Amino acid sequence: MANSTESSLNSYRTGPDERGRFGLYGGRFVAETLMPLILELEQAYEDAKADPEFHAELENLLTHYAGRPSPLYFAERLTEHLGGAKIYFKRDELNHTGSHKINNCLGQIQLARRMRKTRIIAETGAGQHGVAVATVAARFGLPCVVYMGCTDIERQAPNVFRMKLLGAEVIPVTAGSGTLKDAMNEALRDWVANVHDTFYIIGTVAGPHPYPAMVRDFQSVIGEEVRTQMEEAEGRLPDTLVACIGGGSNAMGLFHPFLDDKSVAIYGVEAGGLGLGNPEEHCASMNGGKPGVLHGNRTYLLQNDDGQIIEGHSISAGLDYPGVGPEHSWLRDTGRVTYVAVTDKEALAAFQLCTKLEGIIPALEPSHALAHVEKLAPTLPKDNLLVMNMCGRGDKDVFAVAGHLGVEMET
Amino acid sequence: MTTRIDKRFAALKAEGRAGLVTFTTAGDPDYDTSLQLLKALPRAGADVIEMGMPFSDPMADGPAIQASSQRALKAGQTMKKTLAMVREFRAGDQDTPLVLMGYYNPIYVYPVDAFIKDCVEAGVDGLIVVDVPPEEDDELCIPALAAGLNFIRLATPTTDAKRLPAVLRNTSGFVYYVSIAGITGTKAPDASEVHAQVARIKGQTDLPVAVGFGVKTPEQARTIADGADGVVVGSALVEIIRDNLDGDGKGAGGTTEKVAGLVERLAAALREPQSAAVK
Repeated sequence: MANSTESSLNSYRTGPDERGRFGLYGGRFVAETLMPLILELEQAYEDAKADPEFHAELENLLTHYAGRPSPLYFAERLTEHLGGAKIYFKRDELNHTGSHKINNCLGQIQLARRMRKTRIIAETGAGQHGVAVATVAARFGLPCVVYMGCTDIERQAPNVFRMKLLGAEVIPVTAGSGTLKDAMNEALRDWVANVHDTFYIIGTVAGPHPYPAMVRDFQSVIGEEVRTQMEEAEGRLPDTLVACIGGGSNAMGLFHPFLDDKSVAIYGVEAGGLGLGNPEEHCASMNGGKPGVLHGNRTYLLQNDDGQIIEGHSISAGLDYPGVGPEHSWLRDTGRVTYVAVTDKEALAAFQLCTKLEGIIPALEPSHALAHVEKLAPTLPKDNLLVMNMCGRGDKDVFAVAGHLGVEMET
Repeated sequence: MTTRIDKRFAALKAEGRAGLVTFTTAGDPDYDTSLQLLKALPRAGADVIEMGMPFSDPMADGPAIQASSQRALKAGQTMKKTLAMVREFRAGDQDTPLVLMGYYNPIYVYPVDAFIKDCVEAGVDGLIVVDVPPEEDDELCIPALAAGLNFIRLATPTTDAKRLPAVLRNTSGFVYYVSIAGITGTKAPDASEVHAQVARIKGQTDLPVAVGFGVKTPEQARTIADGADGVVVGSALVEIIRDNLDGDGKGAGGTTEKVAGLVERLAAALREPQSAAVK
């Protein structure tokens, strides 16, 4: 009630509407075979949301299995080095399985069990989502198939082996350029053929309604914890939030609880690849794409004038996707969130800087957010409280980074 | 308004047989071969022509049609060229219904209003757009119907009794029954199951029902045709194109003749009287 005088008529937190739209974006653009299941899923999720038992079970798993809450850590040396804003990391890389992906997977597997589905499928890019899905499938004894592009299988080999150890079947996808988009196509094809018993755990805030809202809700634990933790640490809200954007689930999880706090400046960092000049050399769909329809929703997409999807490029497999969650597209157009892009090279430099200064090896995905923090923090006053979502750890990227730095490692 | 599709299905009904609906992708393997093939299809016995609008991410299609989309795009096919192909076809054929099938994004960016206008001008009769369900009818279905195009909806094994009326509501021309839960050209449909489902749909609508996804041989077509008004064959035709490429991935000589050969056998099978086995 305290800020009721300054609250405007519109809230940024009420979407989507009953058609699954965030303004122009979102929706349910799927084949008829899937449509009945999408509606069933929406109903099941609404029921689950209203069931205290569901929340209690999920909270129990988040606490004792995933290890939440993740710490809010004051990055003292990085703050000193950059000489501006006071930088905090939200340590979601410390979660079980090494990224924020487990938050969503625990929510969705609970839903799958409620719906009595007996088989789990998923797509993965960097393999972080795949590992998280394989983990919860193992935990609940359900067979699991993960689709992964062959390019990604090569550059994320440690995660492929982890998934296999966890009992998942990893199916290489050779179509297209063999990255996340192609893996998602193949997962959708599997789902169409196996709707009767299969639950598709989508890893990001994209896909047909209700996925974007559902995944956001499961990830919002990140931002909610930050609110409490920052209150404890500094006695007030943060001033600045920064997170990387592929599909945008870690970012939406951090941002959503703060959308109506006008004092909080919010930055989403897209993968600028080799630069924004050529649409085939980056994955910054909101900085270099235009609205279109893919994978069940309308959103910003990298595409040519004929509406064919462009593969894009990023050093980070987790950001290598030509679209973005529809709610981000809406937040971009409304101007509530500022979306910027960072190049492969800048991300690689930030990866090394963070490792040396903080003793934390970040994944290449949050290294993009870090690279923007490097640019932004020095322009902000010292009492500006900045939170960056450290959404994944970099162990999986060590071999790939060695390659980019020209270091040969024996395997 | 009576469309070419309505007239054709009325004529088929009078003849007492199911029609042959052929699917090929526009521009596969290249513009010239694809146009030549398009012109040959009615002569070979195709009653309704379905032409795919190639898309980079055909999520409802199996490997055969995915590859055909890729070949067409690689050869430079665009939506504008697809509509030009329809115009060239229509100049020589005023009777054979032609339906464009594909995915929403290339239409959305065209954009929708201009696409519908250009379809009408080129002589397109209907649209099948896989990823625009009834829930999104105002996007494309309603404006297409208003412009006089048929909007053909897919009904699937998962379309239950509760949902069928919503699927049928804004459907026109014919209903496309997807005979398997799955993607094109993969599993073989179970004939008795298909017959039951087609009967169920026909109990709810006066529209003709055509059956597709997984029908490959003349024998299959004949069996599936019983009780239906049309049978769609796509992957089997597209696989012939795949098997007749030259070293540069262009159509080698004889592609049209070989595809037309299978179309002739399919058409002949649909003209056979109902088999005693099925009765």
